[in-house]
Amino acid sequence: MFSKIIPELGHFALILALLMALIQAVVPMAGTLTRRPLWMAFAKPLASGQFLFLAIAYLCLTTSFLLDDFSVAYVANNSNSMLPWYYKATAVWGSHEGSVLLWSLMLGGWGFAVSQFSSQLPRDMVARVLSVMGMVCVGFLLFVLITSNPFERILPNMPQDGADLNPLLQDFGLVIHPPMLYMGYVGFSVVFSFAIAGLIGGRLDAAWTRWARPWTNLAWAFLTVGIALGSWWAYYELGWGGWWFWDPVENASLLPWLAGTALIHSLAVTEKRGSFKSWTLLLAITTFSLSLLGTFLVRSGVLTSVHAFANDPARGTFILVLLGLTVGLSLLVFALRAPRVSHSIGFTWLSRDALLLVNNILLIVMTVTVLLGTVYPLLLDALGLGKISVGPPYFNALFVPLTGLLCVFMGLGPSSRWKQMSGRELFKRLLGAGIAAVVISAVAPFVYGGEWNVWVSLGLVMALWIVLSLGRDLFDKLRNASNLGIGLKRLSPAYWGMVVGHLGLAVTIIGVTMVSNYNVERNVRLAPGESVEVAGYTFAMQGLRERRGPNFIADTATIDVSRNGEHRFTMQPEKRLYLARGMPMTDVALRPGLLRDLYVALGEDLGDGSWALRIQFKPFVRWLWLGALLMAAGGILAVVDRRYRRVKRRAQQPLASDTAGFKEAQA
Amino acid sequence: MAHRLMRTLMLLLCVLWSAAALAAIEVREFDSSLQKQRYDSLNGSLRCPKCENQAIGDSESPIAGDMRERVYQLLQDGRSDIEIQNYMTERFGDFVLYNPRLTGRTWLLWGLPAALVLLGIVVIALIVRARRRASNHALSAAERERLDALVNRERTQ
Amino acid sequence: MKRRLLLLIPLVLFVVLAVFLYRGLALDPSARDSTLLGQPFPIFRLSTLEDADRQVDESLIKGEMTLVNVWGEWCPTCKQEMPQLLALEERGIRLVGIDYKDTREKGQEFLEEFGNPFEVNVFDPEGTLGFDLGVYGAPETFLVDADGIVRYHHTGYITPEDVEQRIVPEVEKWRTD
Repeated sequence: MFSKIIPELGHFALILALLMALIQAVVPMAGTLTRRPLWMAFAKPLASGQFLFLAIAYLCLTTSFLLDDFSVAYVANNSNSMLPWYYKATAVWGSHEGSVLLWSLMLGGWGFAVSQFSSQLPRDMVARVLSVMGMVCVGFLLFVLITSNPFERILPNMPQDGADLNPLLQDFGLVIHPPMLYMGYVGFSVVFSFAIAGLIGGRLDAAWTRWARPWTNLAWAFLTVGIALGSWWAYYELGWGGWWFWDPVENASLLPWLAGTALIHSLAVTEKRGSFKSWTLLLAITTFSLSLLGTFLVRSGVLTSVHAFANDPARGTFILVLLGLTVGLSLLVFALRAPRVSHSIGFTWLSRDALLLVNNILLIVMTVTVLLGTVYPLLLDALGLGKISVGPPYFNALFVPLTGLLCVFMGLGPSSRWKQMSGRELFKRLLGAGIAAVVISAVAPFVYGGEWNVWVSLGLVMALWIVLSLGRDLFDKLRNASNLGIGLKRLSPAYWGMVVGHLGLAVTIIGVTMVSNYNVERNVRLAPGESVEVAGYTFAMQGLRERRGPNFIADTATIDVSRNGEHRFTMQPEKRLYLARGMPMTDVALRPGLLRDLYVALGEDLGDGSWALRIQFKPFVRWLWLGALLMAAGGILAVVDRRYRRVKRRAQQPLASDTAGFKEAQA
Repeated sequence: MAHRLMRTLMLLLCVLWSAAALAAIEVREFDSSLQKQRYDSLNGSLRCPKCENQAIGDSESPIAGDMRERVYQLLQDGRSDIEIQNYMTERFGDFVLYNPRLTGRTWLLWGLPAALVLLGIVVIALIVRARRRASNHALSAAERERLDALVNRERTQ
Repeated sequence: MKRRLLLLIPLVLFVVLAVFLYRGLALDPSARDSTLLGQPFPIFRLSTLEDADRQVDESLIKGEMTLVNVWGEWCPTCKQEMPQLLALEERGIRLVGIDYKDTREKGQEFLEEFGNPFEVNVFDPEGTLGFDLGVYGAPETFLVDADGIVRYHHTGYITPEDVEQRIVPEVEKWRTD
């Protein structure tokens, strides 16, 4: 009996969460304005309660999926009684309504985390931050309840069985990709709220940046992993062997990532040197705004994408209003309240400050370029100038040189000093690294490919320059220590975070360079007993058979792969037909390796007993995602730095730092 | 209303179509590896006019298959890449080019990033000049102390 | 004061972007104008669906204003569109069909079942004429004037409302006789 009302319970919990978010948005902020500690104290318990009810709503939806309650429209559209239970649980975010609910749950979760880890923050700051997060949550919960209610019933004519989860989404990579991505998007709401709270409260001292930094790094790390998972998933599941298509949906995730990367670096300058405050605030607002913009682009149907959600103009309008209010108001607050520039904090041409400035400018140019390319077709269309497409050739032509430029400065950054340094010293320290990078990358194409390839050399020189200059810096830092153990101990987690993060980018660049230049793709016709050689590997077709899965039937080919006459392994690509939707899918056979992937997709029966096969040799493709994981690890490593705990202790005297912060902002 | 209905129908059609002709892996013979390279690159830079955002090389829709076939034939006829692109845009419009040509309506697309780089250089120059002057001004004793402490800590890290 | 104005730049840029996004909501990203508008109907030489021995070419479309409809038996929307096409024929508009990527038997069955508003049907099994017309699905409809110039293009389903609101006004607009 009880199980029958689960969707209604979920719906009710969602409404309660909205009410709590409303109070959380209004009362604590009003408390800070009227200086009423009691009102400010509302913030923390409300954040907990809101998270609790969101979790209840979320669990209710999950339960409806697990119980195959097809009277719930969302369940009926995205699940099926034949679906394995783990895909039922993850089908919750398989489509629009549930994924927005997940968004809201995560927003509540981040708010809850802030309320739990903020005991050392000044009371008014917590109240403001949680208020702003409450406002964002109100917007999203209204969006869910008004336009995208996942608990809506189809009664009395409920379907016998569900329409099934899109087969593309029945996959481990896609199970964890959206939550990671959303954690990143939503996580940037924390630094956004800190920025707005700081602007409203006028508190923008070094402590502010120290509070904001770990949250930013964490969200950025989630987003990095999310993007990498998406790319990995597209690589093996979409069956094309590509790993980045510059699709609007991919760009939507790259935009906040680029801005977030700029933000992490500018937060470093603001914390260490107290400069670029307004810029950092603007970046914090921009990063979260781009997360919201991405959501709009993906869900409103204004852009055609291969991954876009089913479109509904009402939803598009709602998100646009939400986007307009959030971004418009926060930029207005920024314009009115941003602190005045003081030129008192000086630095010279050759200083870490100047290099980080270059980093920020380049990252912003990259962000604008991606944004421009993504929305340009829309701009022309809106002006009645016709339809055009902007795709990979455009983005590659602009993005690659900009990345190259970024890498040049990235090599200099870690070895530089704040404020000023002597050019001769920097030159002396990095000359060796530079020469080694050039020499190795000039020789490498001969060794690997047998002939010189200018693009490989250019790509590798970027990556090696980053790696070797980091190595040189590490060497310099350890050289002066009495022994290696002490030297290593003295290096902070924040420093290691930087090293690992930069190393990650270098690894990704190596992957991109190698796979783009040495990738081999061949479509071949093979009958059982025949074989073909691709990139040094011999692929011999042994035979074909039919196979039945839980909810599909498949043609499976068996292919023996050998190298230098020696049998290595067997690959089994499949063509599946999913029964519930009658949807055919290719299931690619992949043989992953650190230095190369082999990739075989089964095409159709060509009639004469032979089948079409697509065979691909993808060198170093794993490095793409390995590098991304390293970058994320770097971001997380920096979070555990002692510095952040220290600052909490210092912040225990809120009165003193309160007035100091206020004075600084007024100055 | 009619508009939405049509869109729904188009979407439905699209799904049915791709279901009928999935995973067309064409086996083609090329005169040279250069020709295969040109074929792959054209397939990657021409957009399938139907369905969603995909290059004709990645798309399973029938029109993408027709276009690949036509690209192959035109390559065999010895046409240049530009001629093949023109052939496609004459029929399907500029929409099928993933690499938009520099024209009156795309100058901003290509020009803005370049302008931003230039603007960036100017901004950096202005900021650093201003900051350099600031650093030349005498710092207060307290400031100098704080800076020294920061610089020292940086060194020891 | 001047600096406050500078700080407004991000807001202004965002507002401009938001206006475009708002306009974008009302646009259909899949609707595109044919490149053939104002151009002569492409040359072709194909047999008719009705008679495999009868060869026709682009002169078929000239001389009288013609509505050219691209259809196929495999296309479900084309079936729903037939009543509208029959209604247009009753108004005295000349219709020519292009049976696109179809077999002769299936095409003929289709016309028997759903009615035949077409004066003649061009049989295009390989989709070559369709390709030259820039057709990437069916149904698609072209209005060609008496001089053989393409004047109007309709992608996808012609709804009953479209007949009155779009097709007939276009026919009236380009009629020369």
